[in-house]
Amino acid sequence: MNTSADTLARQQAARQGHWRRLPLIDNPRVRWGLVLGGVVYLVLALASVEVNWARVAEGSGRALNFLGAFLQPDFVSRQNDIMAGLMESLTMTLTSTVIGVLLAIPVGLGAARNISPLPVYAVCRAIIAVSRTFQEIIIAILFVVMFGFGPFAGMLTLAFATIGFMAKLLAEDIEDLDWKQVEAVRATGASWWQTMNHAIQPQVMPRLIGLSMYRLDINFRESSVIGIVGAGGIGATLNTSLSRYEYGTSAAILLIIIAIVLMSEYASSHVRRWTQ
Amino acid sequence: MPVSTSSQGTPLWQRRTTRAQWLQYVAWLAGISLFLLCWKVISDNTMWVFVEDAGRQGSDLISRMMPPRWEYASVLWKPMWDTLNIATLGTALGIVMAFPVAFLAARNTTPHPLVRSLALTIIVSSRSINSLIWAMLLVTILGPGVLAGIIAIALRSIGFVGKLLYEAIEEIHPTPVEAISATGASRLQVMNYGVLPQIMPAFAGISVYRWDINIRESTVLGLVGAGGIGLQLNASINSLAWNQVSVIFVMIFATVLVSEWVSARVRHAII
Repeated sequence: MNTSADTLARQQAARQGHWRRLPLIDNPRVRWGLVLGGVVYLVLALASVEVNWARVAEGSGRALNFLGAFLQPDFVSRQNDIMAGLMESLTMTLTSTVIGVLLAIPVGLGAARNISPLPVYAVCRAIIAVSRTFQEIIIAILFVVMFGFGPFAGMLTLAFATIGFMAKLLAEDIEDLDWKQVEAVRATGASWWQTMNHAIQPQVMPRLIGLSMYRLDINFRESSVIGIVGAGGIGATLNTSLSRYEYGTSAAILLIIIAIVLMSEYASSHVRRWTQ
Repeated sequence: MPVSTSSQGTPLWQRRTTRAQWLQYVAWLAGISLFLLCWKVISDNTMWVFVEDAGRQGSDLISRMMPPRWEYASVLWKPMWDTLNIATLGTALGIVMAFPVAFLAARNTTPHPLVRSLALTIIVSSRSINSLIWAMLLVTILGPGVLAGIIAIALRSIGFVGKLLYEAIEEIHPTPVEAISATGASRLQVMNYGVLPQIMPAFAGISVYRWDINIRESTVLGLVGAGGIGLQLNASINSLAWNQVSVIFVMIFATVLVSEWVSARVRHAII
């Protein structure tokens, strides 16, 4: 009732030339409540942020140095370190994506409600939840403690994160696939394996390939940070160069990361177009 | 589907031509060799003695984590509040900056193709650099603290929000825009009355989604000194207080689950 009265009042006002646009949230109480809550939160939050302005002023010179370094990146003087870090990052990316996707397929099948029994479903969903909640870097800390420093711990970290990501999206994809094809294949007396292979796999394959390419991209980006906690890759080199104030080298590393991400994005868009 | 004839004259069906079949074999061979090569690089750089020890180390780690020291949680409320602030204020700042960038990057609202490529460059560079790296840079510039975390989250969010938003702008219906411009509206008025109402739901959804991701990311920014619960995590790990680490993990897990639930509810309500 309230809304229709409101609409009438609006139409009345519009006839007299006072037109107002429709608000995003209909209920005025909710709308103003949200605004009020937002303002209160903002005041509280901003009050609790402590800023050391003297330190900021001191650092602004460094910011200028850093921007200057971006105009003259130094690829040469730490060439060997950069190459070694990059090599580790790239190999970690590839192996972790392959292993992660291979492990994600059974988990994804188990986490799809329409093809798996309840206990399996619960276990697989739990694996996905744990893998998705924790940042790669936290997992990396634990794996570095367990497996020692180096790219092996990094590879396991990325593979573990890949499982959660791929399995969740794969399970969602399986849950809304076209069930008629599954029924048709089952009606021929196909076994479980045959059903998977001839009814489910062809429907999810294009998206699975696209997602794997996307994950390859993400894994490379992540491999550039897990080096900070000792899990190998270009992140360690970047961290060292930053703490030595060698901004030219840091800028070079960042530019290389951006370039590789751009290339892989371009490549993956091609692959996706080709599979669909 | 290629068909050949056998010596008896009966047709033989194959899924692929001989050429396609060979190409597929070669592709598989190349892929597997590349994988093995990468594996070799990694295994050369690994101390296998440590890996063999992993089971014992893992069980040792778990035994040190259990039981969690629950009284430590009372110290964690302030860092948790900081973490939430980093995520929320960072998202807000990021959205404010992403909004104009998205309009400049969308093909149908950009003033000039050159401006468009500049905006796309901003989006790509923000997206390719992880928020932890942004935080590392900002900690050296601004000094350790919450401010560096907020700006790091904001800079990373520009790319994400900007990309999804400009795609939403490119997909709008042209009819309302045409109708508004037919009334003689200026460029800004067309944006305001023709484009903005169409992208508002998508914009709200994207923002809440990014906020949810940012909560997750802000929990670790403290590892490089950018404030939040990560500082406590780092301190606990460095002092090998694993029973405090497990308390922090439980708290992060709970926060992330709640934020995911909130974000899912809000997005559900909008769409």
